[in-house]
Amino acid sequence: MKALLLRDLKLALRAGGGFGLGLAFFLIVTVLVPFSVGPQSELLSRIAPGVLWLGALLACLLSLDRVLALDWEDGTLDLLATAPLPLEAVVTIKAAAHWLTTAVPLVLVSPVLGLMLNLPAEGFSWLVVSLFLGTPALSVIGTFGAALTVGLKRGGLLLSLLVLPLYVPTLIFGAEVARRGAAGFSVETPLLMLAGISAATIALLPFASAAVLRVNLR
Amino acid sequence: MSIWKFANPKTFLTTTERLLPAVWALAAVLCVVGLIWGFFFTPDDFRQGASVKIMFVHVPSAFIAINAWFMMLVASLIWVIRRHHVSALAAKAAAPVGVIMTLIALITGALWGHQIWGTWWVWDPRLTSFLVLFLFYLGYVALWAAIEDPDTAADLTSILCLVGSVFAVLSRYAVLFWNQGLHQGASLSLDKEENVADVFSTPLYVCMAGFGCLFLALVLYRTGTEIRARRVRALMLRERMVA
Amino acid sequence: MKIADVSIARGGVPVLEGVSFQLDPGRALILRGPNGCGKTTLLRTIAGLQPPIAGSITGVEDDIAYAGHSDGIKLTLSVAENLAFWAEVFGSCDIDRAVEAFDLRALLNRPAGALSAGQKRRLGLARLMVTGRRYWVLDEPTVSLDRASVANFASVVQRHLAEGGAALIATHIDLGLEEETLDLSAYRAKLPDLQDFDEAFL
Repeated sequence: MKALLLRDLKLALRAGGGFGLGLAFFLIVTVLVPFSVGPQSELLSRIAPGVLWLGALLACLLSLDRVLALDWEDGTLDLLATAPLPLEAVVTIKAAAHWLTTAVPLVLVSPVLGLMLNLPAEGFSWLVVSLFLGTPALSVIGTFGAALTVGLKRGGLLLSLLVLPLYVPTLIFGAEVARRGAAGFSVETPLLMLAGISAATIALLPFASAAVLRVNLR
Repeated sequence: MSIWKFANPKTFLTTTERLLPAVWALAAVLCVVGLIWGFFFTPDDFRQGASVKIMFVHVPSAFIAINAWFMMLVASLIWVIRRHHVSALAAKAAAPVGVIMTLIALITGALWGHQIWGTWWVWDPRLTSFLVLFLFYLGYVALWAAIEDPDTAADLTSILCLVGSVFAVLSRYAVLFWNQGLHQGASLSLDKEENVADVFSTPLYVCMAGFGCLFLALVLYRTGTEIRARRVRALMLRERMVA
Repeated sequence: MKIADVSIARGGVPVLEGVSFQLDPGRALILRGPNGCGKTTLLRTIAGLQPPIAGSITGVEDDIAYAGHSDGIKLTLSVAENLAFWAEVFGSCDIDRAVEAFDLRALLNRPAGALSAGQKRRLGLARLMVTGRRYWVLDEPTVSLDRASVANFASVVQRHLAEGGAALIATHIDLGLEEETLDLSAYRAKLPDLQDFDEAFL
């Protein structure tokens, strides 16, 4: 298992791995927001938590079609399926690698983008906490979507169509934490819900992803 | 005699062919009676005026929209567990009907809302949940359409349906939480139990039964079509084998 | 490994039925048959990638190394990294024997993307040796290998057999092994009965 994770991280960091694409996308989306809604700092600071959450979510989505497709194309998935590693573990590791290479950089850079959007000072810690807790769910759900569409030639658009509705609860609770944190309210309930969603998806969804992947490998 | 007998495509086709005219007729009668009763023989609401009567389309379509998904969930489970092709095809056949019903519910809701609330759309938890349900339907239909091999498509869509159902319920609670969180709770509830008086409820039930029959007829008919399409595909594959 | 009365389908169409054979350690079995007769599908079924329609495959649980048309090579990783990865996945750590056997020593630090097709194939086949598994299930293993490499590959298989392994190979060329062959065209699935319009639609 460790070998697969290390290999995926190595692949992401080497040329052609697409590392940093999500980060650049996140930056650009955030920069475009003031262009579209106007530069009033009071308006920006009000919408900042939501915008940052949405931006991070879309940036996660952007790299999902690479999670399994590359291994599918060169036959690695076939070979992994016949290896002593259960497919449930394979998809979990794939999700973990996606989270480490795509989501964690987004979480780390989000405070900087928060500055650009005049995020209130109280909001920073909760923004980072909510993203840190919520993005694992995004990666795991996304891997499920990637497993569903892995056999399709142009599955990218379909992948978004399938995954985005599944992102709704995570987005709602995650952005709620960030919003309440920024407004200085209590964040306990949405924070617990967000953590619950992440924990439950990490625990259960790999079984669905592996089942789907098995069907696609047939 | 067990219900699984109808899992045989041939038995299913012959049985539904005999049943369908009756179901169509029942659907037509119930819909016509219910709608005419509702539109012309109920009093105007003292607050909402005549616009309340859109309820006779809105509520039944919303009712079907939710239950169509539920039916797809059950059919998907049957396919996953017992692998009856008819079940998977029934789920496939029900999805577009569900899409249209959701769309009707959303559109009539918008029209109604425009009259009563003065706006086409509010992010009321119930409206939002329906919108999310609509997105789930779209994804499901798109996945069926994208995959060529019918058995693979059946497997993948049923797992999507199972996972989607869990997330749909989760979204429902998330949305409830979301709109009662920072904002004031929805003061314009659509809760039938509180608002609907007895004069309205009987024709409403007739309409709901009518829509239910319509849904049943459409699904049986469409499932038959899907079975025949599968059969045609099988014959064409067979022909290619001979060649 | 025992294959008993196995029937398989490709894309919903039955292609082979009633395939039965036994493969004992130390033996090799060559599958032959015209294109499209179901060799690849049969091998994938035996490797456990898809379920058979009927019949049973026994005695191979977690003891198969499968090599299909594509080698599962990551182009940005070096030859050594590719091999070491598969060695670790399969729980062994010794890639030296495989490197020697397939003459990859000089290429070890080269990125796999810079290899020729034949060199890539050699890397893909070297993976078999690091799996430590007994039954090799190989689908057209000699594609894009030159004559010397084919001979080399044959000798590697020979050694694997001598060490108690077994190999099931679908190929069109003569490897020079003292092997049994099985012609799959004898098991071609018969056309399903038209009247039999039932669950499977076929």
